[in-house]
Amino acid sequence: MIKKLALTAAAVLALTGGAALAAGGESHIHDVDFSYEGPFGTFDQMQLQRGLQIYTEVCAACHGLRYVPLRTLGDEGGVGLPEDQVRAYAEQTFEVFDAELDDYRPARPTDHFPANDAAGAPDLSLMAKARAGFHGPYGTGLSQLFNGMGGGEYIASILTGYTGKEKEEAGTIFYENTAFPGGWISMAPPLYGEDVEFADGHSTELHHEAEDVSAFLMWAAEPKMMARKQTGFVAVLFLTILTVLLYATNKRLWKPVKKAAKEA
Amino acid sequence: MAGIPHDHYEPKSGIAKWVESRLPVIGLVYDTMMIPTPKNLNWMWIWGIILAFCLGMQIVTGIILVMHYTPHVDMAFASIEHIMRNVNGGHFLRYLHMNGASLFFLAVYMHIMRGLYYGSYKAPREITWIVGMLIYLCMMGTAFMGYVLPWGQMSFWGATVITGLFGAIPFIGESIQTWLLGGPAVDNATLTRFFSLHYLLPFVIAALVIVHIWAFHTTGNGNPTGVEVRRGSKAEAKADTVSFWPYFVIKDFFALALILVIFFAVVGFMPNFLGHPDNYIEANPLVTPAHIVPEWYFLPFYAILRAFTADVWIVMLVDWVTFGIVDAKFFGVIAMFGAIIVMALVPWLDTSRVRSGRFRPMFRWWFAIFAINFVVLTWVGAMPAEGIYPYIALAGATYWFAYFLVILPLLGVLEKPEELPETIEADFNAHYGKPDGDAAASPAE
Repeated sequence: MIKKLALTAAAVLALTGGAALAAGGESHIHDVDFSYEGPFGTFDQMQLQRGLQIYTEVCAACHGLRYVPLRTLGDEGGVGLPEDQVRAYAEQTFEVFDAELDDYRPARPTDHFPANDAAGAPDLSLMAKARAGFHGPYGTGLSQLFNGMGGGEYIASILTGYTGKEKEEAGTIFYENTAFPGGWISMAPPLYGEDVEFADGHSTELHHEAEDVSAFLMWAAEPKMMARKQTGFVAVLFLTILTVLLYATNKRLWKPVKKAAKEA
Repeated sequence: MAGIPHDHYEPKSGIAKWVESRLPVIGLVYDTMMIPTPKNLNWMWIWGIILAFCLGMQIVTGIILVMHYTPHVDMAFASIEHIMRNVNGGHFLRYLHMNGASLFFLAVYMHIMRGLYYGSYKAPREITWIVGMLIYLCMMGTAFMGYVLPWGQMSFWGATVITGLFGAIPFIGESIQTWLLGGPAVDNATLTRFFSLHYLLPFVIAALVIVHIWAFHTTGNGNPTGVEVRRGSKAEAKADTVSFWPYFVIKDFFALALILVIFFAVVGFMPNFLGHPDNYIEANPLVTPAHIVPEWYFLPFYAILRAFTADVWIVMLVDWVTFGIVDAKFFGVIAMFGAIIVMALVPWLDTSRVRSGRFRPMFRWWFAIFAINFVVLTWVGAMPAEGIYPYIALAGATYWFAYFLVILPLLGVLEKPEELPETIEADFNAHYGKPDGDAAASPAE
């Protein structure tokens, strides 16, 4: 594994320049040891379910998840709700506009999470991939190589980064946030701690809530992450075997040619 | 194929004779696969196969992606998410295609560097080199247009910036830009034409690849010594070469498999590492990203583009001489395209009789700086144009031109090359005959 990591590192170093670059402004992103990180990392199903609850009870008031189909809440390797719960969640939580009925009706698993731009808040479907918590150093991408892109960390840091200071500019209130580029964000602090109550009695301290919902949003952005890593594993495994076999074949194939050279 | 004397295909069975006398396709395949190949090729000669694989992979994954993609400004971004979430295996196909472009460019840069070091471009292989440069240009066009298709923020703004370069051409620039975009700004017309061309160009590349291979199968492969295969008789040629199949096919496949281990690790475990997070935000003409950065493989030329700012003396001089027709912006554009043109002209700029850098003591150092400079340009292209970075970019861009226009022409005159081996056979035997001997001969496995 270490060798593979080293190989990967070498490959990526060769590619240099890691494309992503700081979006300007000093911001402080703290590293979180998310369960989904690294080649072996998997989503923590319980954490995703808690995150879904926080999203539903808090974030959904202003933010949509328009690209996420509700049925994927039942997918394995993700939130993993049983089918009947997915149906119940969809029906009880969201109403969607049906063009055929020309009216609103309760959502079904085949619908997507509704879009929500009422408050001008950005859609969160891809937020965890649309932000990088880690950059550089000096555009080399080394930090991302070891810590990941840091999208989850970025969201968690935003949610816990409020200092309590406010200012008003042109009629909009801005809140000081140590994680936000530029330092001032127009989103009021959404989480304070103890904003929800978990069925499993899990801690609702602010940083726990922030991490849970960040993990959920990473799932929302990359729902096939587990399948992807699995495919990656199988591919790497079989290609490694193939590489060894081809190495041996090549060695044997050239042996007489090299032997002739030695005797010449 | 012409050139090195070797055995040709002789149809034996009745069916083979029947086919061969009507369409010599078996003979063509045979001669292509059995071509005599210098036996001292080292590991830098593997990149051709990697590139062929990349082209195939990009075409196959691309064709499947097209089945699910919608080229319309209102739907393109959502259709990518459809591929990522709903299409069976779609997420992996898309990540293969995305990162496949990076592998493609990594391989092409290694391939070009190989050619530059070993003098692969020198007579009689100039056409191979020129065709290679055309392939590279097509690759850049294809990759650029492909990056626009997901219709993310970097897609949109990258397209705006790059097509804006054409707008810098005096007098006719704006018309050209409008013509390219299909309108005054990047919009649906741009997306659909880029989609169409992104599908077309890979097949143009495939055709050029055939010409590329045809050309070097006519002249014969180069090799690390730069000494030509002897063509006096079949026996002589045989002493210098082995057949492509199986010797180099298996060797190249081994290298390919090893590289694919790393490639699939990247695709499986860190597929977005080489991408830009902003491209997961849907294109918005009203919001400009803080830094517009092209994909990593364009960065060296992006650095050259940005290096020549209005406060550089040569830019000011040209501006003054041309009465402001060639301003800083246009100068940058000329520099960027010029960087590739001077590289394409290297067969006529390099005056040395000796092909391989292995036997050119002064060249080796200048080439090492050139290679490092390429990495530095890649890096500095990603940095904001402020502080010390523009100076680094300017120094790097200057070296790029100096290397091709001054150093290579002069070196041929000033440098005293080292002694070349008599034959490829001698080089090969020297390497494998004396394991601890001759340090000049690098591994030629």
